[in-house]
Amino acid sequence: MMEAGTLTPRTGRSTLERSGRARAADPILRWTLKALAALILVLIAFFFVRLFIEAKPAFDKFGYIGFVFNNNWDVSRDTFGAWPLVVGTLLTSAIALIIGVPIAIATALYITELAPRRGRQPLTILVELLAAVPSVVYGLWGIFVLAPKLKPAEQWFSDTFSFLPLVGGPVSIPNCFIAGLIMAIMILPIVSAISREVMATVPSENKEAALALGATRWEMIRMAVLPYSRAGISGAAMLGLGRAIGETIAVTIVIGNAPNVPETIFSQGYTLAAVIANEFGEAASDPTHRAALIAAGLVLFVLTLIINAIARSYVNRAQRGERTVPQGMAG
Amino acid sequence: MNPEDVTSPPSAPGGAAPDPVTPKAETRRLEVGGARDEAAPIVQGHAVTLRGLNAYYGDTHAVRDVDLDYAANRVTAMIGPSGCGKSTLVRCINRMHEEIPGARATGEVNLDDLDLYSDGVDVVSVRRAVGMVFQKPNPFPTMSIYDNVAAGIRLSGTRGVNIKERVETSLQGAGLWEEVKDRLGQPGIGLSGGQQQRLCIARTIAVEPEVILMDEPASALDPISTLKIEELILELKRRYTIVLVTHNMQQAARVADTTAFMLNGELVEHASTEKIFSNPDDERTEQYVTGKFG
Amino acid sequence: MTTLPAVSARRRFTDRFMRSLTLVLTLVAIVPLVLIIYYLIKEGLGAWSVDFFTTDPTGRFLGNPGGIKSAILGTIVMVALASVIAIPIGIGVALYLVEFGKQGPFAKVVRYFVDVMTGVPSVVFGLFIYIVLVVSQIGGTFAAWKGSVALALLMLPIVVRSSEVVLNLVPDSLREGALALGAPRWRVIFRVVIPSALAGLVTGSLLAVARAAGETAPLLFTAAFVLGTQFDLSQRMNSLPLQIFNDVGQAQDRLVQRAWGAALTLVVLVLILSLVARLVQRRSRLA
Repeated sequence: MMEAGTLTPRTGRSTLERSGRARAADPILRWTLKALAALILVLIAFFFVRLFIEAKPAFDKFGYIGFVFNNNWDVSRDTFGAWPLVVGTLLTSAIALIIGVPIAIATALYITELAPRRGRQPLTILVELLAAVPSVVYGLWGIFVLAPKLKPAEQWFSDTFSFLPLVGGPVSIPNCFIAGLIMAIMILPIVSAISREVMATVPSENKEAALALGATRWEMIRMAVLPYSRAGISGAAMLGLGRAIGETIAVTIVIGNAPNVPETIFSQGYTLAAVIANEFGEAASDPTHRAALIAAGLVLFVLTLIINAIARSYVNRAQRGERTVPQGMAG
Repeated sequence: MNPEDVTSPPSAPGGAAPDPVTPKAETRRLEVGGARDEAAPIVQGHAVTLRGLNAYYGDTHAVRDVDLDYAANRVTAMIGPSGCGKSTLVRCINRMHEEIPGARATGEVNLDDLDLYSDGVDVVSVRRAVGMVFQKPNPFPTMSIYDNVAAGIRLSGTRGVNIKERVETSLQGAGLWEEVKDRLGQPGIGLSGGQQQRLCIARTIAVEPEVILMDEPASALDPISTLKIEELILELKRRYTIVLVTHNMQQAARVADTTAFMLNGELVEHASTEKIFSNPDDERTEQYVTGKFG
Repeated sequence: MTTLPAVSARRRFTDRFMRSLTLVLTLVAIVPLVLIIYYLIKEGLGAWSVDFFTTDPTGRFLGNPGGIKSAILGTIVMVALASVIAIPIGIGVALYLVEFGKQGPFAKVVRYFVDVMTGVPSVVFGLFIYIVLVVSQIGGTFAAWKGSVALALLMLPIVVRSSEVVLNLVPDSLREGALALGAPRWRVIFRVVIPSALAGLVTGSLLAVARAAGETAPLLFTAAFVLGTQFDLSQRMNSLPLQIFNDVGQAQDRLVQRAWGAALTLVVLVLILSLVARLVQRRSRLA
């Protein structure tokens, strides 16, 4: 590594000084790496600016509020109000969260607190494998296997519970519910993984205290694990939400891509992400259409930024063990 | 602590009237009386007897064939060097030992005439009857002081129980009521270390156990809090049978009626505290209490 | 006979019920995985044949639809290029954060924005590259290299994150020992830090590659779709995800079957990459 000890006091350079070239290499490396890091910041800023510039024509034509809240996404008439997309995005994400989050929490609980030790690794791997399946494969399976197979059950549900809002009427094969269901499966791994991490930080002394008071295993979980993990699990759920609203390919395959506000959960629908993937081909020649799609992308981008920022703050606070739960709450 | 202070009829801290008295046990005085055995029991306690207790962590034999009697309404100290098995043994009494993966215990642990390890005994019930205070104070961080104390009570249904009353009584019994009565809604972890430990004691006695196990309850606390806890122990023994694990021999001398010395998983000697510290039978005990090892 | 306080039947029931419920829900979570693998094999294996892997898609609706040769090759080429871009830059940024920036304000900002990048939907990356490179007609319209750039953007935050974790695990004592011997910083990094973190860096990078191989949206607007095999990076190039996406949209049996076969191929590819990544990780632990 180093030049062998050359004690040359006469030359005025001690052996502790590195050679000139070696000395110069350090700052070079440092500044190169720093530049790379700065590149990321530049990139994001550039991102935002370019997206905005390209989207601006749509906002100019329809107004910011108009674009988001007008209910008329009509390609043929060159009018673009994204409300049906926004509703579709919110509806499918809500379905995804309602189905996915409880299941994810249950798996996290089971794996960390209830499973026999030997089962933990395999179960964790299985849940993680769900994340390895590409989005397009979920879409393929969703439209050719899941949707047809679930149609009878969906129709039954729709008929039996038609008094509920958003339920009732005919069931179409690609529909919002299937999209939400597929999204739920896709967000399972991340919500479960983060919930698991958070639950693992519960101090064992609190769990012991609960058991020593004469609590059953489930009561111990209710007293010591869940309250402690509440903030972190909320963060995990929000991260899942962020993933869900950005999901594009699987959704566009199974949702039907109908630019109307869905009447029921079993109607066809559309989302901000799906519209981009679905229509950009035909938008290539139409500047307004293109700007509208980019505007939809911008709205999507901003939404995910906000959701992820909030989510991260919850998860970070939970992992640092700060108490964010109000007083006087019983376990 | 002066012997005189304890012989006067004790009132619970906070000035509340003492509870109605259940049949008094005779106050037996030990051979060389000390401060500890003066006060009369208020609630008839229960005795715990261990017969042939063995405990294992996987293949490690941590507690070897122990026979030991814990007298009712008495404080028994468990002393011995680190790793001697005293904590493990105590955790066998409330069956917390088996919570550790790979750990198991055999033998008898009798609460009066009931073997806690016999078939048909529910572990959850055992822990309700045998309470535990841990070395590090561990109030539930998301709960208020009130909710912490009420936590155990709420587990088994609150029909017929006035929770507010029970919480107040327990906090008084733990010597904490005066300090927190105006801020019961505040988080339990906002208290000082010594207060937190007394909160944990309140939480434990709120479920009205028969026996209280204390695993080095004061070792994480400052000297003043330690003294308060020791005073508390002397008061608590009038209602409960107390097993106190401690590495502090002065504490055992101050507080315990009898002391048991363990070494390498074996019970070496169990006698009155006086005897253990001044004239033990076994040479190993003598070496330990004179500080020759551990 | 002494009796212990009883545990009410309700408590026992709740305990058993909730414990069973969490188990059931965990199994429910795994059911889709099992089903997907089952159908992939059932429908996809039938499409596999020598022709399947050695002929290009023909674009015909009727008659012979062809195979997926161009898709496989395209994915390999574009993902390889994306890796060449993303992995060095990603590790470089991670090196900066761990070795130089540490907890300084600039490093904190960078870390925050890397986190931001992980949350960006892949379709937005595609859109961005579309605007910047395709619409602006830099080097033609759709091109394979542009697809690689989009994929690289996707991989970058993953590589940075995982590399940072791994590099932080290298004990400081190793660094200090080398520095105390008089080695310059850059030597310490390249001769000591990176070699000891190598397994972890490889694992993290392979997982990023696996992720990129499965992405469709970024390629839709950049590399676009083409039938034939060609290796000119400045032209359109096919890819497995896009091929599947295209075939799914057609209501034709043989095309759908080809989609299943391609999906099976893609999943096998991703699984192999993930498996190799895990193996590297495990071997380094044993070493």
